[in-house]
Amino acid sequence: MSAHLKAFACGARDTLPMLLGALPFGIIFGTLAIASGLSMPATLLMSALVFAGSAQFIAVSLVASGAGLAVLLATTLIVNLRHMLYSASLLPYVRQLSPRWKVPLAFWLTDETYAVVHRHYLDANASNEHKHWYFLGSCLAMYSNWFVCTLIGALLGSSLPGMAGWGLDFAMVATFIGIVVPLLRTCPMLLSAVVAAVVAVAANGLPYKLGLMLAALAGVIAGVLAERWSLESGKLTGGVDEPV
Amino acid sequence: MSLFEIALIGGMALITFSIRYGLFAVGHRVRFNPLVSRALTYVPVAVLTAIIAPAMLLPGDGSWQLSWQNAYLIGGIAAILIAALSRNLLATIFGGMLVFFLWRWLLA
Repeated sequence: MSAHLKAFACGARDTLPMLLGALPFGIIFGTLAIASGLSMPATLLMSALVFAGSAQFIAVSLVASGAGLAVLLATTLIVNLRHMLYSASLLPYVRQLSPRWKVPLAFWLTDETYAVVHRHYLDANASNEHKHWYFLGSCLAMYSNWFVCTLIGALLGSSLPGMAGWGLDFAMVATFIGIVVPLLRTCPMLLSAVVAAVVAVAANGLPYKLGLMLAALAGVIAGVLAERWSLESGKLTGGVDEPV
Repeated sequence: MSLFEIALIGGMALITFSIRYGLFAVGHRVRFNPLVSRALTYVPVAVLTAIIAPAMLLPGDGSWQLSWQNAYLIGGIAAILIAALSRNLLATIFGGMLVFFLWRWLLA
């Protein structure tokens, strides 16, 4: 096997645990998208062209609740902004590549691939020359897995039309809880979540799902303020997560 | 596909790609304002919690349901407990859904 193929295969292999986590997520996304009223081609196209799990989930739940296009796009922007941190962190390693490489690698940059690839770039034992092939292997593993899972979910959702009434929307709530709760390791994070929750519930009646934006903004501000305050008063004992 | 779906997917794809590719395209090292990068770390928690809380407390038509008969609330509390104890995504999804469906079935 040539060296690039080897690096490619290693990237795909090291992404396997992430695939396992994304598996139910993708299937549930496909099912929910159909139950929310999105057509089959739109569901598949969203996974093929957007390729951003949490943003897609949120978009589908907003579609189901009748949100407008502007709110949907603004939410996508906010939810995906974190990817800018990932590309900033990987930039030193990919800047010498041609656009032929940079465009697809950027398109496929997800939380999971970032986690795997960043670790690999820091690994001094691996050959630097082929690390972008490793990156590509991780990307394609995630992408094909996400697309196939969406397809399975969408087929399930359209063959069982009654599924909308099953309460599958709870699957999304449970998924988000599973993502958020382990992140609540510091007081500012916890406060951010509490403020976002209170504002979201209080502002739930606002039109165009504006309550979501307002709550997210309030949560972020609360977290940043609490962090500053706890740093200033020297009360922060636990380690705050570094932003990559 | 409807026009709405085309605009939605096209817009989401464009926004997401621009965020991911922007810095790669510029190509030189970027230093974020530390306040901005700190704020970004709170985004996932704030956005997701802002979706979770109303989905548990005001499910369906958006009316307040602080009651043990609300399966979304009970299932959500179960999922939070499982997530806090196990920190495992799969266990949280399946455990939460199991409690949710059992609760609905018991109440039916």
